[in-house]
Amino acid sequence: MKPSTIWADKLKKLTGVFFWLAVWQFAAMKIGKEVLLASPVSTIKALISLCGQSAFWSAIIFSLSRIMLGFTLALVMGVLLAGLSAMYDTVRYIFAPLFNVIKAVPVASFIILALLWVRGGNLSVCISFLMVLPIIYNNMLAGFTRVDKSLLEMAAVFRLSNLKKIKYIYIPQVLPYFTAACTTSLGLCWKSGIAAEVIGMPRGSMGNRLYETKLYMDTPEMFAWTVVIVIISFIVEKGFLWLLDKITARITDGFL
Amino acid sequence: MDIEIKNLSKSYDGTPVLENMSLTLTNSKPVCLMGPSGRGKTTLFNILLGLTAADSGQIKGTENKKFSAVFQEDRLCRQLSALMNLAIVLDKPDKAELSLLLGKMGLTDDEIRRPVSQLSGGQKRRVAILRSLVSDSDVVLMDEPFKGLDEDTRRVVIAQVKELLAERILLVITHDEQDAELLNADIVEM
Repeated sequence: MKPSTIWADKLKKLTGVFFWLAVWQFAAMKIGKEVLLASPVSTIKALISLCGQSAFWSAIIFSLSRIMLGFTLALVMGVLLAGLSAMYDTVRYIFAPLFNVIKAVPVASFIILALLWVRGGNLSVCISFLMVLPIIYNNMLAGFTRVDKSLLEMAAVFRLSNLKKIKYIYIPQVLPYFTAACTTSLGLCWKSGIAAEVIGMPRGSMGNRLYETKLYMDTPEMFAWTVVIVIISFIVEKGFLWLLDKITARITDGFL
Repeated sequence: MDIEIKNLSKSYDGTPVLENMSLTLTNSKPVCLMGPSGRGKTTLFNILLGLTAADSGQIKGTENKKFSAVFQEDRLCRQLSALMNLAIVLDKPDKAELSLLLGKMGLTDDEIRRPVSQLSGGQKRRVAILRSLVSDSDVVLMDEPFKGLDEDTRRVVIAQVKELLAERILLVITHDEQDAELLNADIVEM
């Protein structure tokens, strides 16, 4: 794409953003009560004020580290279980009902149940893990079971090592499923992790700070926290996909 | 050592596709299997490669023998270059040597380094044929290897097959008697 086309495209997207910001500002002015609808200006002011507090940054680190830990654990477990399920039908039959139940149970039920078993601080680890696990598992299982059998036969005839099979046959074919699973689950785990913190209220978490804003009717700060959650979700998703791209490029460098 | 196939039979869902097939393969002369579709040529190919089990019969002389093959489909790793598709079947690939061989098969430097998914059907076929020949094997099996190649390319490729085959056993499934002639092979009708 030409640079001029790229800029025109970006400008169009920005126009959309500015349009909705204007609608938001107009609606806030029309209502005239910050407690009901904070304006973009007061939200930005609240955000700037938050940025100056060390508790703001530690809340981000607190929540981000726990939610990403849950995501990583689900990623490892999901890939391992999917691999085992692709190899052994028994494993697949054992785990199928469990994952169907996890998928069907509402996140709020899980949060309340998990509160009985885990400390508030670890609640978001547990919830993000549970939300992500079925997505990773199902996508990876689909990827593993759709690996081209004729290429595996070729690999057997030519006596390719397991390492070569993984690098040249499995990874290229499973990678699209893995990327799709990560893209879908990153946003979900972040949102469900924060929701868990709002209900569980672990001290020093973003969810707890969000809950406090509701308690003190501090709507601009509530909006500011929401903006922060959206921005972090965006950065985490883009950052992860960028990292995945780099790793893929490193692997596929030797392909040509 | 020769490979002796005795009274080999195979059925699928009660329908016999291979009945009492007997054949001896030696490294002194290639063998071309010919015959109409459905006579069990590919089934025999798969049994020899260990991809399908025979219902009855014996195969002697395959112990400790390494196989390489050209399948009916190319079965190349599509995201890999032609060069890498050859390199992965070798423990210590000499890429300069492999490039030279690909060049002899009529592929340009650019084509050698492109993902094979971007090559034409005929080019992919040549890569698959070369892969079976550069691989460290004692027996080379080819299932309709020259299908889709034009007359001139076919001659070039068959010359390469003869040159690179060395002392190995070669079994080729083909529908074209000219292939057998060019390979100086015995013809076995099925």
